[in-house]
Amino acid sequence: MAEMAHPSPEHGHESHVPELVHQFETVEQQREAGTLGMWLFLATEVLFFGGMFCSYLIYRSLHPQAFEIGSHLLEVKFGATNTAVLICSSLSMAMAIYSAQTGKSKKTVILFLVITILLGLAFIGVKLYFEWYHDYLEHIVPGFGFQYRPEWGANGPMVQMFMVFYFTMTGVHALHMVVGVGILTALIIMAARDRFSPQYYAPLDISGLYWHFVDIIWIFLFPLLYLVGGRYMSGGR
Amino acid sequence: MSEHIVPVKVYIGVWAGLLVLTGLTTGAAYIDLGVFNTVVALAIAVAKMTLVVLFFMHVKYTPGIPRIVMVAAVFWLAIMMSLMLADELTRHWTPVAHSWGAGVLLPLLPHVLR
Repeated sequence: MAEMAHPSPEHGHESHVPELVHQFETVEQQREAGTLGMWLFLATEVLFFGGMFCSYLIYRSLHPQAFEIGSHLLEVKFGATNTAVLICSSLSMAMAIYSAQTGKSKKTVILFLVITILLGLAFIGVKLYFEWYHDYLEHIVPGFGFQYRPEWGANGPMVQMFMVFYFTMTGVHALHMVVGVGILTALIIMAARDRFSPQYYAPLDISGLYWHFVDIIWIFLFPLLYLVGGRYMSGGR
Repeated sequence: MSEHIVPVKVYIGVWAGLLVLTGLTTGAAYIDLGVFNTVVALAIAVAKMTLVVLFFMHVKYTPGIPRIVMVAAVFWLAIMMSLMLADELTRHWTPVAHSWGAGVLLPLLPHVLR
């Protein structure tokens, strides 16, 4: 074939990258195909989360008062802290990719990936212990001893509905975080085996897209769940 | 078209911007703005998403087809949201005749089948 006889001079070095699979001409083309695939997956994720956001929107527009009461059951300090934690993890993920792009040592790449994992685990830890476990103790987890409070009055069932949205949406989001931690673990193993170079870092690149996307979902969940109707009213914590 | 490498100071700037916006949206929730509390919260969320997408996700430097997929995702989301809301939010505009409700029709079923 023609490309065997005449490898283009400027891409000549890339043909030595062992990760280049045969259906692609260049490593760059291979990376672009991977990026496109990840964006297609993220488009399905937009619609997956979009369905939940849309149901949330409808219930909130029908029962605004109950959603305010429900929102005030959550603690803003934990939501805001976790938002900051995720933003920092996105920065360290971007720095891991940058380190691979610019040919830094594998120790640097692994260091940034480990920081990203630790921040991700910190997020999950805050959710599990400081939020969900305490919600359980306060009897506001639907299906696990949920109890109406007298001060909610007739809003009780729809306050419970808010908590259903809260646990479903943050639960599915946390599941995405757990998957992300698994992906990061695989990346650390690959980095330790010297798989990445300035010519080949596509797995880091597309995993970064996934990680940042999960960050974006939380960027919307935080105001929509924790900051409903403002926190200035009495009853907020 | 080699991959564009985003300088570290851009990443740091975006990170700082995201933290500032998180502080803003949290602070704004404690001020009574009426319906604008939600508007401000969503506007800040969209601003934060734009920062993440453009710089952390490299969309500013990614040409071509992935951009079309992104726009398509937002477009499909808009279709889903607008059609669902067009149903839910306009249901009470034209009251459904009571006689059409299942509560009236179902008890009539035995008479019809007789």
